[in-house]
Amino acid sequence: MNTIEVRNLIKRYQDRAVLDGINLSIKKGETFVIMGGSGCGKSTLLRHLIGSEKPDNGEIFINEKNITAMPQKELDELRKKIGILYQSGALLNSLTVGENIALPLVEHTKLAPDIIEIIIKMKLELVGLTGFENLKPAELSGGMKKRVGLARAIAMDPEIVFYDEPGAGLDPVVTGVIDKLIKDLSQKLNITSIVVTHEMTSAFRIADRMAMLYNGKVVQVGTPSEIKNSANPIVQQFITGSPDGPIPLRRSGDEYLKILSG
Amino acid sequence: MLSLIGYIGRTIRTFLQHVSGFFWLFGQTLSWIFLKPYRLRLKPIFQQMEFIGFNSIPIVCFVSLFFGLTLAMLTSYQLEKVGSELLVGGLVGVAFTRELGPLLTSLVISARVGAAITAELGTMKVGEEIDALDTMALEPVRFLIAPRLIAIVLMLPLLVILSNIMGILGGYIIGFTNLHMNTGFYFRMTFDAMVLKDIYTGLFKSVFFAFIIGMVGSYQGFIVRGGAEGVGRATTTSVVTSIELVIIVDAFLNAVFYFI
Repeated sequence: MNTIEVRNLIKRYQDRAVLDGINLSIKKGETFVIMGGSGCGKSTLLRHLIGSEKPDNGEIFINEKNITAMPQKELDELRKKIGILYQSGALLNSLTVGENIALPLVEHTKLAPDIIEIIIKMKLELVGLTGFENLKPAELSGGMKKRVGLARAIAMDPEIVFYDEPGAGLDPVVTGVIDKLIKDLSQKLNITSIVVTHEMTSAFRIADRMAMLYNGKVVQVGTPSEIKNSANPIVQQFITGSPDGPIPLRRSGDEYLKILSG
Repeated sequence: MLSLIGYIGRTIRTFLQHVSGFFWLFGQTLSWIFLKPYRLRLKPIFQQMEFIGFNSIPIVCFVSLFFGLTLAMLTSYQLEKVGSELLVGGLVGVAFTRELGPLLTSLVISARVGAAITAELGTMKVGEEIDALDTMALEPVRFLIAPRLIAIVLMLPLLVILSNIMGILGGYIIGFTNLHMNTGFYFRMTFDAMVLKDIYTGLFKSVFFAFIIGMVGSYQGFIVRGGAEGVGRATTTSVVTSIELVIIVDAFLNAVFYFI
């Protein structure tokens, strides 16, 4: 059974198709990496997958329910089974670390305060930040914020967790720690993980399968070794990071000509 | 010429988008406050009441006291010419309760609180905090806007009462020192001139102003785009729009009260 199924997803901003007919299926329990350069549409795709944006065309099924045609109430119900780790961690700065993690539990469950207290401790232990519950997010480093964000994302024991650029702005060691956490969580808790990233080292480290996005289209889907050995020049250029190849530096050569010739 | 028409058209369209967005958000907030008040959390409401109300006391007192002083000096200087400087008390009292108290307080609060609301919510928007709330199925309007709107609508009228008192006190200082009126006489002159309608007209208006400042501040915060620069721009727009709307609505309400 596929946990997530994307069918012919199209999204246009003005006249430019940011998502141009995306098809993807993500299996239950796997770690699926969506990679691509800046502006390839991967963040837009993520916003569609979590229901923050509506497509112009196409459908997204999560657990066989179409989220693009879902009333807000049902979407909110579904979102309780989804965790999201935002790029910046997106912790509420007015609350402590503990209160941040407790927030979805306090609002969505009828658990007693002392039980919530225990859950907070367990989740912080999972991300290696035991004893940090009384600090404010402003007192944490970038990597710690992300780990707290991760603890909050898994507070409700979600079936699916989305990661938006988990390694952005972190040093290689912390990135490695986060990658290991992602891997551990999906194995220990059997969570389906969707990771959006452009960092190839972590992508190959965590992925069960990966998809390469280019110009709003899926260029290739496959296991890390299939991607590594891909014959597709776009994929090859992207994973080697070579400046020469089919991926242009500028968006449009025609426009440049127009600017030059007036 | 065509580009001018296009420009005007786009401007009007943007304006209408903002107006409809604003009223949609306003409707959402009202529906939380009136239809599902039991789902609101009390703690943030009290925190906001402290920030919006209690912490604004010094600035409101300061501005009102000095404005009361100035107003009394200015009017006594003119009234002396016709020998009616004893009317200063009544003039300051009526002017403050009916007009200056609500208006001054609202302008001060627009700058102090409206700006703070936009900057705070805007920073949350930029930091993906609002998106995070939304995707955790925690409604940002319920969490962030409703407590602020409740707090400001409750606190602004109280601040207006305080402003009225301080303004009258400012007038009294001039009456006592410059015009040598004794305390009892000055306050009798003040309260004889005022009618109850003056006071509740002013308080009624301040409720409107509170809705304007709270909602404009929240709306501008929620539509922020583009990082720190966007937050700065939204904060400026928020304060400018609040002040303009407060003055326009004030004039409109004055016209209404004048005729009824």
